[in-house]
Amino acid sequence: MTIWDTNFAISIIPILLEGFWLTIQITFFSFLISLVVGLLVAIIRFLKIPVVSLIFDFYVSFLRGTPLLVQAYVAYFVLPQIGLTFDALPTGIVVLGLNYSAYTAEVYRAGIEQLPKGQWEASRALSLPPMRTWVRIVVPQAVRPIIPVLGNYLIMMFKDSAILSSITIIELMGTALQIGSNFYRYLEPITIAGLLYLIISFPCSLLIRRLEQRFVPTH
Amino acid sequence: MLSVLDFVPLLLQGLGVTILVTVLGALLTLVVAFTAGLSGLSKRWYLRWPSSIFVEFFRGSGLLVQMFWFFYALPFLGIQLAPILAGVLALGLNEGAYAAEIVRGTIRSRAKGQTEAAIALGMSPGLRMRRILIPQSIPAMLPAFGNVMVDLLKNTSLVSLVTVSDLTWRAFTARTVTGQTVTLFLTILVIYYLLSLLIGWLTRWLEKRYALDRKSLAKARPLKNLVGGISA
Repeated sequence: MTIWDTNFAISIIPILLEGFWLTIQITFFSFLISLVVGLLVAIIRFLKIPVVSLIFDFYVSFLRGTPLLVQAYVAYFVLPQIGLTFDALPTGIVVLGLNYSAYTAEVYRAGIEQLPKGQWEASRALSLPPMRTWVRIVVPQAVRPIIPVLGNYLIMMFKDSAILSSITIIELMGTALQIGSNFYRYLEPITIAGLLYLIISFPCSLLIRRLEQRFVPTH
Repeated sequence: MLSVLDFVPLLLQGLGVTILVTVLGALLTLVVAFTAGLSGLSKRWYLRWPSSIFVEFFRGSGLLVQMFWFFYALPFLGIQLAPILAGVLALGLNEGAYAAEIVRGTIRSRAKGQTEAAIALGMSPGLRMRRILIPQSIPAMLPAFGNVMVDLLKNTSLVSLVTVSDLTWRAFTARTVTGQTVTLFLTILVIYYLLSLLIGWLTRWLEKRYALDRKSLAKARPLKNLVGGISA
């Protein structure tokens, strides 16, 4: 038995690419969830509504303090027990998205807090309603300087989506493991899977480093 | 039917394994971080290039892939690692790559005057690093290192996927026997959360303890000793 079988490696690439495509879709939808939920959480925490804001403080700290794998298990095995049954794929996407929403909430918070006080005062002086203040003034200015950081989290989500293979989602990692156990050749599929992750995340991280230089806050 | 209470000893054993993996992983992370981080600062290309290749490689390709690679793929190259070793190795190298960037970035961002003063005092590059730059950088690295350690703790749950019987693995197997899914998983979630909080507190305590605070330094070492130290 050869150590590295090139023909076998080439033959499994199409299947791996299918898993890779699923990985990209998972990452995309989870990232959308984390962007939206993270922003809402950040705003609620910023408003310091009694009790409610405290609950979301706990939400952030708890999601950041517990492993994604265990969160995925809880969502996948515990929810059906209380009568909520979802497919593995939507469950995984939501878990990954909510997990990262705790991180993006912290990033948004930094963005909102660095906004100069004058912006708030000006909005008030123009008697803008709160909703318009947030949507037209605060959020657009808060998001710009944090785009590179959000990009970093996108890359981390892309790599962390591999964890979802443990709740039976056959994305890139799951595909690689399945090929491994079917043919009892693990070296090729796992190595190729690793390279596929690297091929995307390395250029992206270079791009984000360029963005960082451009988006340094101007105030 | 077995109840959850019967599994407390097993969960405690799992907790022990989780803590063991975290501690070993943390030690390896520190060694890797300083080796790769300091090599990354070197003027010599044969130290700097391998360091940045290592860092980009391990940061770019995901922890789980690396762990599975050490566990499933390495035996095909004739190297059979114990599962716990494969887990610790992947954790230490992966988190070490992130931490290496912290070491490199923090040391590089020290005030230039520190290096210049050390040169003016005739210190060799090695001595400059050992006596001046590293001691000053460690307090500045602490918050970032704390984050890495919390990440490390959370990522130890992945060793359960390479058959190491840690906390997650114990809960997962006990689940199939008892069917007490909710209690078991909520229990370990709380345990992980408490451990994360503990690491957070520890980091903040260390930060306070080793803060580069001029007032506390002046109090600790009266001026007279300082003057004596210089003339001696």
